Amino acid sequence: MDSKTVVFYVLAALLIFAAVRVITARNPVHAVLYLVLAFFNAGGLWLTLQAEFLAIALIMVYVGAVMVLFLFVVMMLDIDIKRLRQGFWNYMPLAATLGLLLAGEMALVLSSDYFGTVAFPDRAMPADYSNTKDLGRLLFTDYVYPFELASIILLVAIIAAVMLTLRRRKDVRHLDPVKQIAVKHTDRLRVVQMPAEKESE
Amino acid sequence: MKLLYLIIPFAPLVGAIVAGLFGKFIGRAGAHWVTILSVGISFVCSVLVLQDVLAGETFSGTVYTWMEAGGLKLEIGFLIDRLTAVMMVVVTFVSLMVHIYTIGYMAEDPGYQRFFSYISLFTFSMLMLVMANNFLQLFFGWEAVGLVSYLLIGFWYTRPTAIYANLKAFLVNRVGDFGFLMGIALIAAYAGSLDYAAVFAKGPDLAAMTESVTGWPLMTAICIGLFIGAMGKSAQFPLHVWLPDSMEGPTPISALIHAATMVTAGIFMVSRMSPLFELSETALSFVIIIGAITALFMALIAIVQTDIKRVVAYSTLSQLGYMTAALGASAYSAAIFHLMTHAFFKAVLFLGAGSVIIAMHHEQDMRRMGGLRKYMPITYATVLVGAIANAGLPPFAGFFSKDSIIEAVQLSHIWGSGFAYLALLAGVFVGGFYSFRLVFFAFHGEERFRHAGGHHGDHGEAGHGHHAEPHESPKVVTVPLILLAIPAIVSGWLIGPMLFGGYFGDAIFIGENHPGIEEMAHEFQGVVPMVLHGLMSLPFWLALAGAVTAWFLYIKRPDLPAVIKQKFSLASFILEEKYGFDRFNDWFFAGGARGVGRGLWKGGDQMLIDGVAVNGSAKLVGRFAGVVRLLQSGHIYQYAFSMLIGVFAFLTWWLGRS
Amino acid sequence: MISLSHYLVLSALLFSIGVVGIFLNRKNLIVLLMAIELMLLAVNMNFVAFSHYLDNLAGQLFVFFILTVAAAESGIGLAILVVLFRNMSTIDVDDLDSLKG
Repeated sequence: MDSKTVVFYVLAALLIFAAVRVITARNPVHAVLYLVLAFFNAGGLWLTLQAEFLAIALIMVYVGAVMVLFLFVVMMLDIDIKRLRQGFWNYMPLAATLGLLLAGEMALVLSSDYFGTVAFPDRAMPADYSNTKDLGRLLFTDYVYPFELASIILLVAIIAAVMLTLRRRKDVRHLDPVKQIAVKHTDRLRVVQMPAEKESE
Repeated sequence: MKLLYLIIPFAPLVGAIVAGLFGKFIGRAGAHWVTILSVGISFVCSVLVLQDVLAGETFSGTVYTWMEAGGLKLEIGFLIDRLTAVMMVVVTFVSLMVHIYTIGYMAEDPGYQRFFSYISLFTFSMLMLVMANNFLQLFFGWEAVGLVSYLLIGFWYTRPTAIYANLKAFLVNRVGDFGFLMGIALIAAYAGSLDYAAVFAKGPDLAAMTESVTGWPLMTAICIGLFIGAMGKSAQFPLHVWLPDSMEGPTPISALIHAATMVTAGIFMVSRMSPLFELSETALSFVIIIGAITALFMALIAIVQTDIKRVVAYSTLSQLGYMTAALGASAYSAAIFHLMTHAFFKAVLFLGAGSVIIAMHHEQDMRRMGGLRKYMPITYATVLVGAIANAGLPPFAGFFSKDSIIEAVQLSHIWGSGFAYLALLAGVFVGGFYSFRLVFFAFHGEERFRHAGGHHGDHGEAGHGHHAEPHESPKVVTVPLILLAIPAIVSGWLIGPMLFGGYFGDAIFIGENHPGIEEMAHEFQGVVPMVLHGLMSLPFWLALAGAVTAWFLYIKRPDLPAVIKQKFSLASFILEEKYGFDRFNDWFFAGGARGVGRGLWKGGDQMLIDGVAVNGSAKLVGRFAGVVRLLQSGHIYQYAFSMLIGVFAFLTWWLGRS
Repeated sequence: MISLSHYLVLSALLFSIGVVGIFLNRKNLIVLLMAIELMLLAVNMNFVAFSHYLDNLAGQLFVFFILTVAAAESGIGLAILVVLFRNMSTIDVDDLDSLKG
């Protein structure tokens, strides 16, 4: 058994363990932290696959941003933990059965010879292989259009998130410029006739 | 000539339409004038036609072809021969008399115009029936007279008894019509035509065939089918049950329809179909036995009746039995002859009874009459004439026709004729008894109406004020009585030419193996010799014995009838229950039909159709939806889960395939 | 030797765990979202493995975009969660049954 294999199995085992703990953790904060662990291990696995850019991007973007966001939300919401766990184990048999069946079937297919070492031999990269450089070259030439679109998606996400959660303060007065410009003098001024008064001498 | 033939049935139709639709505008007088005029015209034309026919001119032709359907021609046509002419004269004459009589009888009824319209309509229907030259028109006339009879029996439609009676008449008639239709259908199927001439020509061929479904000889099946129709219309046993109830209608129609004309339609039809009946001895035996049973057993019921109209009704049933028996004995001319004489004397009896009923302020129970001959001499005289004729005492009309029938039955040797002869003889005794019982009970003896102290009859016509004594009816009532009583006496003397002089000629066909009339013709020497011979024969003595018994029981010893009734209580009970027919029909047929209806309603309609099919399917959909609805839990994770199960299943299937 | 099928089986396992997680967590919406992240991770794993063994960089590029979109989706999902919590004061999935038939 060479080192690569050992590394793979260790990382894989940790990954699976972390994933299971994510869904079975009692405390949601623990669940988030276990997910962080899972991402770290996944990143490690991707490093062994010589996709280092993505591995780092995973850690930075996913763990750094998304998981932090999750933590924020978990800690912000006032959640009743006790109620959370009621009836959790009722559905375990059915879920476990189905999960095992699903995983088993997929494994049956995926571990066949179609996907074995003969059909897909392992490759080694040259020493000066730069994954980032290759990725960048591809991204900005062939796939620049999806790249731009991805940025639009992010913009939309920002606006959506803000719009969903925005709360206006009720005690602050706002100006509506449109209404301001549309005002007519008759809305503001009313001319009243009055007889002239004689000034007393 | 053809114009006359068209006028005869259609003049009363026009009268009926005018009186019916415009009755309010032309008023009561207008209604009775227009109908009497039309029927009068019809009568005069009938007499002219009779003259023509006696001179030898017959007519058979199509007036109007309605349609041709698959080789079968449906048309209106007339067949005028001697048989038709006789019927036409009888029908129009009696109808005319009844029309005139009605002016007096229904004078205070609110439905005056409607009544005249109906009886004219009836005249039209009956004339169409007798003048028909094909089975379709015969059936049309058959049904039309049945319909008008229904309308007239239930004339006072607010009375529940009247409605019960008219429905009963119609339904029992329907049973007969079913058999009739079977006969006509067989004829149409096997002879391929509905025209009389064509069917009669095919007669011998048809007699050789067998009917395909039951395997009976075809002619027997046809004739029995046709006779079942006659049983319904002419009220033979066991379809007789409607006739006594039909007395719920006003008396004029009892005279017109249920004595003289409609009920004789069956007799006429069998005579008309004589070429067919002669070819089937089984059918003739059936006819003679039914006729004889009716003749005797209905007469027996008449002797215990207390309602004056019911006595005459059962008498009618009995006489119809005689006519039917004559038909069975192949003495068709005798049957028609008796039909004619009976029309006269039975009409006299009914109209006379009606006159009595008017005088007694619509009291119909004979136990509350008595001694009326002092107050109503004309009515008494005419009713007496009618009774003597009914009993069959010479030299009145009934004697000749009844005696001829009894002799013909005696001479016949088909199966059942022996029984028929005995039954008819017994019926003569009973006939004499009840005829004179009627006369003595109502017109002689003590004046029981005085004891009653002013009972109204419980029939809903407008009650008069109380009169202390009954008086003779107005002229519009008595004149028709007299005019009808005259033929009741003299028409019997036509027996020579009618029965034995070959009067009917080609109209009636008698086969060679039924020689009754022929033999009688040999013996006949004239009216007077026949009377003298009759005075020494059995029927005369039996009738006289019946009359004497009636005199004894109702004048000499009026206390005896009650004693006899007590002693023979069982027989009396059976007779009063009319052999239980009404009870049985009510229980079995009517109750059965109601039960079936209820079962179909509760079980079929409510349970099956409403419950299972309509509501059941709705409930099924509801239940199904209720189950499917559980899938819509609202929880998204369950939806995702089911999607996953779907994917899993698909995966499994795909793996299994490869 | 580690072949492609190892990585594929691994990602299959991860995916199943994510699915089970969705089904089990009916009281906690946040863990539901995290299970979804797990499933996305499994898919990404698949892509990267294929990309390596097929010597085609397009797989990794696709992961790049998946990452982008997943981030956006998590953000919006959590925003919705926050608004939901404001209105219903609970993150119990069982209470979100207004689509119930």
